[in-house]
Amino acid sequence: MKITKNLNGNALNIALEGRLDTTTAPELENEIKNSLEGVAELTMDFSKLDYISSAGLRVLLSAHKIMANRGGMKVTHVNEIVNEVFDVTGFADILNIE
Amino acid sequence: MTELTVQAIVDSIPKVTEFIDAQLEALDCAMRPQMQIDVAIDELFANIAHYAYGDETGEVTVRFDFDPSDRMASITFVDNGMPFDPLKKVDPDVTLSAEEREIGGLGIFLVKKTMDNMTYRYEDGRNVLTIYKHI
Repeated sequence: MKITKNLNGNALNIALEGRLDTTTAPELENEIKNSLEGVAELTMDFSKLDYISSAGLRVLLSAHKIMANRGGMKVTHVNEIVNEVFDVTGFADILNIE
Repeated sequence: MTELTVQAIVDSIPKVTEFIDAQLEALDCAMRPQMQIDVAIDELFANIAHYAYGDETGEVTVRFDFDPSDRMASITFVDNGMPFDPLKKVDPDVTLSAEEREIGGLGIFLVKKTMDNMTYRYEDGRNVLTIYKHI
């Protein structure tokens, strides 16, 4: 998985490319942990993400909780497969998906 | 039938995914079922890697079968670890809020919802777990 970060003022955009699963979720968890200081808005860009498994959901949930006390986190450009995972697991109701 | 035996560690997941994807691509599987199967592999293999052998190490054999009459692909995971029937796991409450959420059990639930069928049996000291998907 490829992780691309783009900080614009206090808005951070993280674009993912590939698969967010058991083997790659720890990389994202680390990136997020080390990048959120001073960030008021977090956008996760999923336009090049192939799929997500529950290991990825865990990382998203923890980022969502951290950002809930600030400007919030949104998830953008979700494909059909990722959307199905969000629907089935109820994450569609938790996350701010655009 | 074709199979692959790997160590029961999460680092084996990419190898297993690659092995199954090659079978699916050779059968002209559409993108959607292939990705759903890849997610199922991640969930089930990670579960085995984390729990089957405790602190010990062991192996997992992943077998691919295909029934051309109804284009049904099946993937079977066999390990010699502790007996564990994922079908007996209680489904998580997917209506809880972010604060109340736990991720445990979500993976197996996702597999149940996206695959056409899932079977488990314990025989000759081995866990035999199979998922089925029309491709």
